[in-house]
Amino acid sequence: MREDDHVYLSLAEEQDDARWAFGTGFEDPLHGVDTSVPDGVDPAELAALCLGLGDDALIAAQRLAEWVTRAPELEEEVALANIGLDLLGQARLLLTRAGQVDGTGRSEDDLAYLRESDDFRNVRLVELPNGDFAFSVARLLVFSAHRLAVFERLAAGHADPVLRAVAAKGVKELTYHRQYAAEWVVRLGDGTDESHRRMQEGLDAVAPYIEELYRAADVRDEVGAVLAQVADAATLKLPAAESLEGDGRAGDHTPCLAPLLFEMQEVARALPGGQW
Amino acid sequence: MTQTATGAGAEAGEDRLEAHFDGVIAHDRRIEPRDWMPDAYRRTLVRQIAQHAHSEIIGMQPEGAWITRAPSLRRKAILFAKVQDEAGHGLYLYAAAETLGVDRADLTRRLIEGRQKYSSIFNYPTLSFADVGVIGWLVDGAAICNQVPLCRSSFGPYARAMVRICKEESFHQRQGYELLLTMMRGTEAQRAMVQDAVDRWWWPSLMMFGPPDEASPNSARSMAWKIKRHSNDELRQRFVDMTVPQAERLGVTLPDPELRWNPERGRHDFGTPDWDELKRVISGDGPCNEERIERRRTAHEDGAWVREAAAAHAAKQAAKRERKAS
Repeated sequence: MREDDHVYLSLAEEQDDARWAFGTGFEDPLHGVDTSVPDGVDPAELAALCLGLGDDALIAAQRLAEWVTRAPELEEEVALANIGLDLLGQARLLLTRAGQVDGTGRSEDDLAYLRESDDFRNVRLVELPNGDFAFSVARLLVFSAHRLAVFERLAAGHADPVLRAVAAKGVKELTYHRQYAAEWVVRLGDGTDESHRRMQEGLDAVAPYIEELYRAADVRDEVGAVLAQVADAATLKLPAAESLEGDGRAGDHTPCLAPLLFEMQEVARALPGGQW
Repeated sequence: MTQTATGAGAEAGEDRLEAHFDGVIAHDRRIEPRDWMPDAYRRTLVRQIAQHAHSEIIGMQPEGAWITRAPSLRRKAILFAKVQDEAGHGLYLYAAAETLGVDRADLTRRLIEGRQKYSSIFNYPTLSFADVGVIGWLVDGAAICNQVPLCRSSFGPYARAMVRICKEESFHQRQGYELLLTMMRGTEAQRAMVQDAVDRWWWPSLMMFGPPDEASPNSARSMAWKIKRHSNDELRQRFVDMTVPQAERLGVTLPDPELRWNPERGRHDFGTPDWDELKRVISGDGPCNEERIERRRTAHEDGAWVREAAAAHAAKQAAKRERKAS
């Protein structure tokens, strides 16, 4: 047998190094970063901020995972999974940080798998079902435009070095997410009569959930300018802002969140004490 | 060619081209898309590469169903990335097939109309999260045994796509095996899940190498053309020999009472897969055939308006650019 027929013989050998199993191959963004909470930072406030941003990313990634094998084209399979993986990576770092500083010592998995829906702090925009591709890209545009503006601020000036490092990594990712979503909103808005109608409906359906994002972090000037520019290029109308009762950051959710969590947590909860 | 060859001249030209083609194959060099090739060589490659591409895309389904249920965020990330890789493999392979003059949309149509096949392994259901690990270990392991020799396939674009795919598959296999090792260190219930998954996937994995050599209609010619490098039975044997020590280390039993080391052959003897089952699954009568094709069809049909919109937008942009240029 030639050597190239043997690529995986090493499997049967003993190896104690499991680092290759981290999946996406990214370097540790927290390498060399001091994880103690700096003086002058309120740990409870920092934990709440990380939890909210972590939950947003986790639930958004879960919805993106539902697109797998259902995307309109293979390129979109790859792109949506890529975005989902980025957000999942952000969620893991932020939830880990939340558990470190809130005094409970909970891990990312404790926070993801062992809380009930009332304890989740994500904005309601991310928990809504995927709808059609137009709704999903409308949501992604709004979500990533908002999150990018927030992360840029955190990366530039937050007192916690961990959150700064997570945000700095996220800025690069979110810049691509926003670009991807904006391109699709333009394509669909400008494409055919049907895609124009669906894209307008998608934007209309997302609109009531935007004000809640601004309550979490008011970056409305920046986000509003991006949305206006994209809508204009897409020949779409930006719906007037409305506001819904309640607040995801305070634990108010739509009925869509509980079934999503049930699915996400089902296996982990069915095998208590399991090793994964 | 600048001249239109006719009659005896064309035949002589064809002979020279064929002799050149045979020489390239004999010297283990690569055939490239612009090179002359016999029609049957082209057809065989289109069939094989398309079938392989379809397998990657349909193969996303059995494991993809567990991404939303993965029991830790690390496993969720690993699985999500793996299934994404499979979409990427599908893309390279469709691109390799397109160098032979077919197009992806047409191949997809043939898949959802049942006119082209995909690997029968993906017609089995995934019943627990342990299946994710066992698919990585056994199914990706068998795929690697089949595919590593294809990195030396005589058709250049296919061989080059396979180099990249094999590297990623080998990574997936190690991840699957690592999940199983971790689960085996867990609870009794987890160890039982792993054994159950091994029991269900072992025989279908052996069937992935195709029917026995004496019943494999396309094998001989594919081997002569160096599209294929080893016989089905040889690859199957190689897979068994590689897998047995891994199963021992893992602490699972492979469900074959005839499986034992044969010191005379220096290889393992093993039982005969249920070839009637393989025939049934290939001919469309497996546990999940309909479900798999139905999902692919639904995704394709639901996405039609998106693809049409993208094409319409691109056409409008091109028209704009033309108006500006003139």
